[in-house]
Amino acid sequence: MSKPELSRRMLLKAGATLAATGIAPGFFARSAWAEQPPIGTWPAGVQGKEVFIGVAVPRTGSYAEQGEDELKGWQLAVEHLNSGHELMRKISPRTKKGVQGKDVKLVVADSGAKPNDAVQAEQRFITENKVVLMTGSTSSAVAVALNKLAQREKVLYTAGISGSNDTTGKDCVRYGFRQNFYGETAANAIGPVLLKAYGKGKKMAFMTPDYTYGHTVTKSMSEYLAQHGGWTMVTNQVSPLGATDYSSYLTNITNSGAEVLLNVNWGRDAVLSTQQAKQFGVIPKMKLAIPYQIPFLAKNIGAELAEDVYAATDFWWTLEDKYPLAKMFVEEFRKKYGYNPEWGAENAYMSIAMWADAVENAGTFYPPDVIKSYEAGRKLQSMVGEVYLRKEDHQLVRPVVIVKGKAPKAMRNKEDFWEVTEVVPGAALMQKPDAFGCKLGDYT
Amino acid sequence: MLSWANFGSQLFNGLALGALLALIASGLTIIYGTLGVLNLAHGAMFMLGGYTGYAAYQATGSFLAGLAAGTLAVGVLGIVLERVIIRHFYKRPHEDQLLLTFGLAIVFVEVVRWYFSSESKTVQTPQLLSGITNLGFMFYPTYRLATVGICAVALLALFFVLYRTRLGMIVRAGIEDAEMVDSLGINVDRVFMTVFGIGAMAAGFAGFTNAPIVSLAPDVGEQILVQTFVVVVIGGVGSFPGAVLGGLIAGEIISLTSMVNPGYAYVMLFAAMTLVLMLRPHGLLGTKGRE
Repeated sequence: MSKPELSRRMLLKAGATLAATGIAPGFFARSAWAEQPPIGTWPAGVQGKEVFIGVAVPRTGSYAEQGEDELKGWQLAVEHLNSGHELMRKISPRTKKGVQGKDVKLVVADSGAKPNDAVQAEQRFITENKVVLMTGSTSSAVAVALNKLAQREKVLYTAGISGSNDTTGKDCVRYGFRQNFYGETAANAIGPVLLKAYGKGKKMAFMTPDYTYGHTVTKSMSEYLAQHGGWTMVTNQVSPLGATDYSSYLTNITNSGAEVLLNVNWGRDAVLSTQQAKQFGVIPKMKLAIPYQIPFLAKNIGAELAEDVYAATDFWWTLEDKYPLAKMFVEEFRKKYGYNPEWGAENAYMSIAMWADAVENAGTFYPPDVIKSYEAGRKLQSMVGEVYLRKEDHQLVRPVVIVKGKAPKAMRNKEDFWEVTEVVPGAALMQKPDAFGCKLGDYT
Repeated sequence: MLSWANFGSQLFNGLALGALLALIASGLTIIYGTLGVLNLAHGAMFMLGGYTGYAAYQATGSFLAGLAAGTLAVGVLGIVLERVIIRHFYKRPHEDQLLLTFGLAIVFVEVVRWYFSSESKTVQTPQLLSGITNLGFMFYPTYRLATVGICAVALLALFFVLYRTRLGMIVRAGIEDAEMVDSLGINVDRVFMTVFGIGAMAAGFAGFTNAPIVSLAPDVGEQILVQTFVVVVIGGVGSFPGAVLGGLIAGEIISLTSMVNPGYAYVMLFAAMTLVLMLRPHGLLGTKGRE
């Protein structure tokens, strides 16, 4: 241990001497750490041959299935970064191999979709691996917690799946970014579709998971339908994340006289509540709508139950027919993992690519510069066409995809559950940047 | 949502929830009452019953075979556990017993996760019991309706064993005063083993019965364990009738509260438990002196 220390000290001395004598002033002027004080894990995290990304993803609990899909998206993205794959370079044009010439590695922990576990894991990655980027969350409660950690530790964070308005709303931070769609854009995209399909003046029932995602999605959705279509909410059944028995909620819904059931539950909770809704005869008596799509929902509940159901989503694999990048992504993913990616994987891949693009354009890992690079508003190519990040709240302006469940007979293969009916451009779906109380905070 | 129709429906739904809770809680309570071991692996046994039953159901296509397999496998596991591990802990402090059974629960859950993965498994409702039944005042899933009957039969069987057999008499005597039973020359050792087996069987039976309703996941036992504890505390630790009463009360509290505000269903459940602890520290049907 003592030897390397000695030699490093000698090296530093030699460097200092060189600098003092003015032999290599250009070298030191260009080296960022000579002029900027350390911040977060910088520069400690970028001094080796590789840089680390810390992933906290649910691999157990109600959101495990969706978490595994996301994880594959991150893994594929990192693989493509390190090999300089064409798809990665299409999204991040300055990417060659790795990021700033460094190999990228993932370190992964199971969060169980619990904010505490996620924060603990990321905190450990910051200390032990000096991660330059954190990602993960399949629950907005986790995303919000990691937002706060990111701002406090001054380590960048790009959200995994997070549907709450708060993530880039009242709980937004300078160090946090979100790629995917969320409650407000979902409601504004699927709202008109539901009004067109079911008419005005309907009675609606909601099933809402009891945390930031559930409450904000239900609020955005119910307000849209009430204001634009005169729908009335007759009941809102709030349940804890991870509930397994929905009988008492469904009994209330049965007796509510609702005509449309909007199920905001997510992950396994969505599967169970939907299956039980059928057992109780709520479906098909009421029309089911999914404001915020759940990866693998149709596979789990079966095509019969998903038939004619409208859902808003980030991505569906049949978009490969429309967008060349989607085609590349789906083919690469399918080749590696043997199934078509869900939108969690798409979001994961895209958010890593966006980060790579921001770093390459900044020309440094120095977090404040990377943030400014994110905020520059560059137009990026994505699996759903051109997108850009809104600098006021760090939310990607991107389309929302509307899908409708296919009849079992109409499915071309066993994963062909949904038909894309619309790709709604993003800009008009978003609230004003300050409408949800976003104040980004400081760069340093 | 306050209407007579909904009240009637929720009242009935509470009964259905309660019957299942009663069955799981009865296993927990007789084990604790007799052996003095608070079995934190009870939820994991509930889960194991579901999974072994699921495997047998998949293999044979018979729901009854699944039910039998789930019940017996967990019963045998209970006996083996008691013989090999748990009996060495009877004389140890309660903390050790808690750590032991908690550890066992983690092992069971992780083994199942490793073998079956974290993804949930759907257990098909048997053909005969699928569909919806019109009760007149409400429509109710036929299978859930059947579980009320299934749980009632199982509880009756437990009642018969506990109150109409020699073994049951010894068990009940053991709950009151194990030392006295021992000094009367009764082989308490064997009774303990049997009781642990029966308690485990009840958990396994309930685990598979519940599986078609909520589908299976490795952590399905964790949630139910908490509710089961509440039931046992409300009903009175070690009391079989207390477990049944506590189960029904818990079911009704969850159902009826959710009629007013579902967000408060579990809050009310714990509030009720607190109230019972304050007014009757030994539970509604528990007696002082039992631990």
